[in-house]
Amino acid sequence: MNLTLNVWRQKGPDDPGRMVTYSANNISPDMSFLEMLDVVNEQLEEKGEEPIAFDHDCREGICGMCSMMINGVPHGPDRGITTCQVHMRRFNDGDTLWIEPWRATAFPVIKDLVVQRGAFDRIIQAGGYISVKTGGAPDGNAIPITKTQADKSMDAAACIGCGACVAACPNASAMLFVAAKASQFAHLPQGQPERYRRAKRMVDQMDEEGFGNCTNHYECEAACPKEISVENITLLNRDYIRANLTGVE
Amino acid sequence: MDWVVKFARSSIGAKAVVALTGAGLVGFVVAHLLGNLQLFAGPEQFNNYAHGLKSLGPLLWAARLGLLGMFVLHIGMAIRLQSMNKAARPVSYQSKKAQASTLASRSMLLGGVTLLLFVLFHLAHYTLGVVDPQFLEYKTAEGWHDAYKMTVIGFQSAPVAGLYIAAMAGLAMHLGHGVSSMFQTLGLNHPRYRPLIRGIGPALAALIFLGFVSIPIAVQLGIISLQGGA
Ligand code: HEM
Ligand code: FES
Repeated sequence: MNLTLNVWRQKGPDDPGRMVTYSANNISPDMSFLEMLDVVNEQLEEKGEEPIAFDHDCREGICGMCSMMINGVPHGPDRGITTCQVHMRRFNDGDTLWIEPWRATAFPVIKDLVVQRGAFDRIIQAGGYISVKTGGAPDGNAIPITKTQADKSMDAAACIGCGACVAACPNASAMLFVAAKASQFAHLPQGQPERYRRAKRMVDQMDEEGFGNCTNHYECEAACPKEISVENITLLNRDYIRANLTGVE
Repeated sequence: MDWVVKFARSSIGAKAVVALTGAGLVGFVVAHLLGNLQLFAGPEQFNNYAHGLKSLGPLLWAARLGLLGMFVLHIGMAIRLQSMNKAARPVSYQSKKAQASTLASRSMLLGGVTLLLFVLFHLAHYTLGVVDPQFLEYKTAEGWHDAYKMTVIGFQSAPVAGLYIAAMAGLAMHLGHGVSSMFQTLGLNHPRYRPLIRGIGPALAALIFLGFVSIPIAVQLGIISLQGGA
């Protein structure tokens, strides 16, 4: 198949950047989206041009590195998958595709489609952990947990930190990410001691990083490759409000 | 009190202020609607109600100050949040598809500012008599202000009735998203109640819209006239 690609090209953080149009010819419908870009890049290199920089690692939907807007939707048109899981048969011969980086003040563009997502790491450092004592390994089944709570925790823990929620949000808010990372612990007994402190610190760090605020559009939930529910945001709102009302530091 | 200021400055805290003041304003809107619907019961009932309100004295002023406070906080915080949101995405996408947001959710600020302009007009129109100074001179047999006559004459003008109806459509849009959103902001949501909470905003907004616009429409159709209500 033959496609027209409009791709964001930006030499570095300080370059203003622009959309550049390329044609991608003889693309196999069985290729993944990233393989299609690999082919385009090979052709660019043959012509002595700079290949398009994009983030990727596992190429099987688990690492969260791949990150691009495809036709105005993070990770492309299908729900519940990452860019690396998109196949070219999803598109039609002759289609024009718009490929852009995540757009957010907190995610500055490093080059082309690659953005700096270090803000997420700093939010995790601020509180996205549990403290455990070292010593003998505890018995895995010693602490009772209900199935419902275990399921909710696991659903939240599916977050791969790709940033699609921020990219999709009209306010570039990181609430779905922060909520998932806080509630994976808030649903478990091991997460209780630091629960309110965690909510407070992570949200305060999120604010500091320059993300926007959630106005409940729920674009994040629709864009999330792991289909994480905005129910987690409800819980984060509640825990954060409670942390402040009760003076948790 | 330091923590209150800090909390209100945080993103979730500021949103909680918008949600709580929004809830208070919704309470006012509903009470105002129930009061206004007494127009259908005729001049006596309505003027009694209006006179009753005016006779509250200091209580009336307390309520007005409370409302003003809520309005200022609501608008102030909402505008601050919106400007932070604009700053969070200075470069927009060349192509962006909405998958879950709605026209209502995306036009909260526009709808809000329209509402503010409407409220100013509404106060100038019926409370201050700026549009027609005659309005405040109408008197009932008891010597009270004839609010019934003022309202009916006001809505007999088709452009005025149209303006009020349009403003109520704006209010309905604002509340259609806002009321459902309020629960989520305050952390009051649960998968079991999610469909209910999603629906409550549009449902309440529709009821409020129909309630309010019934009045100018009834006046225009002559169902409510200077001679009496329906
Ligand atoms: C009768 C008057 C009003 C009522 C009943 C009302 C009610 C509400 C409610 C219930 C919310 C939802 C809060 C939430 O999402 O948690 C809201 C949000 C909002 N209101 Fe109002 N409002 C009124 C007037 C205004 C005015 C005059 C403005 C602005 C000039 C305004 C601007 C906003 C904005 C921008 C939001 C969205 C806040 C956000 O989600 O970030 N509102 N309003
Ligand atoms: S490259 Fe790992 S999720 Fe796409």
